[in-house]
Amino acid sequence: MAEFALPANSRIDRNGAVHPAPADAQRVKTFRVYRWSPDDGKNPRIDTYEIDLADCGPMVLDALIKIKNEVDSTLTFRRSCREGVCGSCAMNIDGTNTLACTKYIDEVKGDVKIYPLPHMPVVKDLVPDLSTAYAQLAAIEPWLKNETPPPERERPQSPEERARLDGLWECILCFSCTTACPSYWWNGERYLGPAVLLQAYRWIVDSRDEATGERLDQLEDPFRLYRCHTIMNCTRTCPKGLNPAKAIAEIKKLMVARK
Amino acid sequence: MSDLRSPIARARGLGTARDGTHHWWIQRVTAVALVPLTIWFAISLIRVAPEGQAAAKAWLASPVTMVALILAIVAGFWHAVLGVQVVIEDYVHAKGWRIGLDMAVKFIAVGLAVAGVVAILRIGFGG
Repeated sequence: MAEFALPANSRIDRNGAVHPAPADAQRVKTFRVYRWSPDDGKNPRIDTYEIDLADCGPMVLDALIKIKNEVDSTLTFRRSCREGVCGSCAMNIDGTNTLACTKYIDEVKGDVKIYPLPHMPVVKDLVPDLSTAYAQLAAIEPWLKNETPPPERERPQSPEERARLDGLWECILCFSCTTACPSYWWNGERYLGPAVLLQAYRWIVDSRDEATGERLDQLEDPFRLYRCHTIMNCTRTCPKGLNPAKAIAEIKKLMVARK
Repeated sequence: MSDLRSPIARARGLGTARDGTHHWWIQRVTAVALVPLTIWFAISLIRVAPEGQAAAKAWLASPVTMVALILAIVAGFWHAVLGVQVVIEDYVHAKGWRIGLDMAVKFIAVGLAVAGVVAILRIGFGG
């Protein structure tokens, strides 16, 4: 059966270390952060950090960096561009998968609860192991496939053809959507998930690509594609405002169109 | 058993089943068919039920009712079988259980559908 409860060694100890705010703090916000280390053999725990927002940037990532720099250097998380372009700092904040760098602390009412992306193996603290998702992306071969010899200049595309890629090319592969999808939670080894299917559609719909049929063949599967039950968590959670559910629906329509 | 395959080998798995669209499409077709059939069936029941058994039998025996009701039974059970199969595939991961449950659901559904059709034919043709 699908597992609905955490295994015993993944149960979370809610009373981890508490790091109080400095005595002269003006605007204190409490961050409750998931911690787990592969090295100490202990269950995951929630550590509490009280941060003075008067002395902190506006984003959740600013607070995490402040914690790492000034309070607790053992806190582990991924980050790079800090402006919503790289997708590294995707995590579950206040119950929703999003990017720590584009999530305002002020948008969170009460304590800021931060967990790694759901239902993925955890490498450490807020760092999930995304190797399966990356391999699924590689499996759909996300590059231009074209047998026509390259022209002297670029491969031409009409403005309308180019417009079909809008809402697709913006995906930064943070996997917030895929890890928000219950179908992916239960069948992640076989269902490709919304992020990878949106990428697949990005190449299927590209007018310069000549492997459209092959690409559809590779998705014609009850698990790879049809585990999508239009739950729509993907579209709701996407920090870039994209619509993976629509991309998946478009793939299904093409599947029927070629029958 | 530990799985030492590379991530890409696991992602590719056994390849595609080259199937799934038919299942998905029939589920949509039966859903669309069930919209008018279910509305018709509900309205008919409300109309016929208070008039007693003789009136209900006469209603059932009319050719239009027989055709529509048999269609509703076939479409309804077909739709249910496809839907329950998806639920089983979603949540039941032990192979034996999955195949066993799926078979049981199909046997039960076909049995009930045939029983329903036979009952209608018996009433319709005065058995």
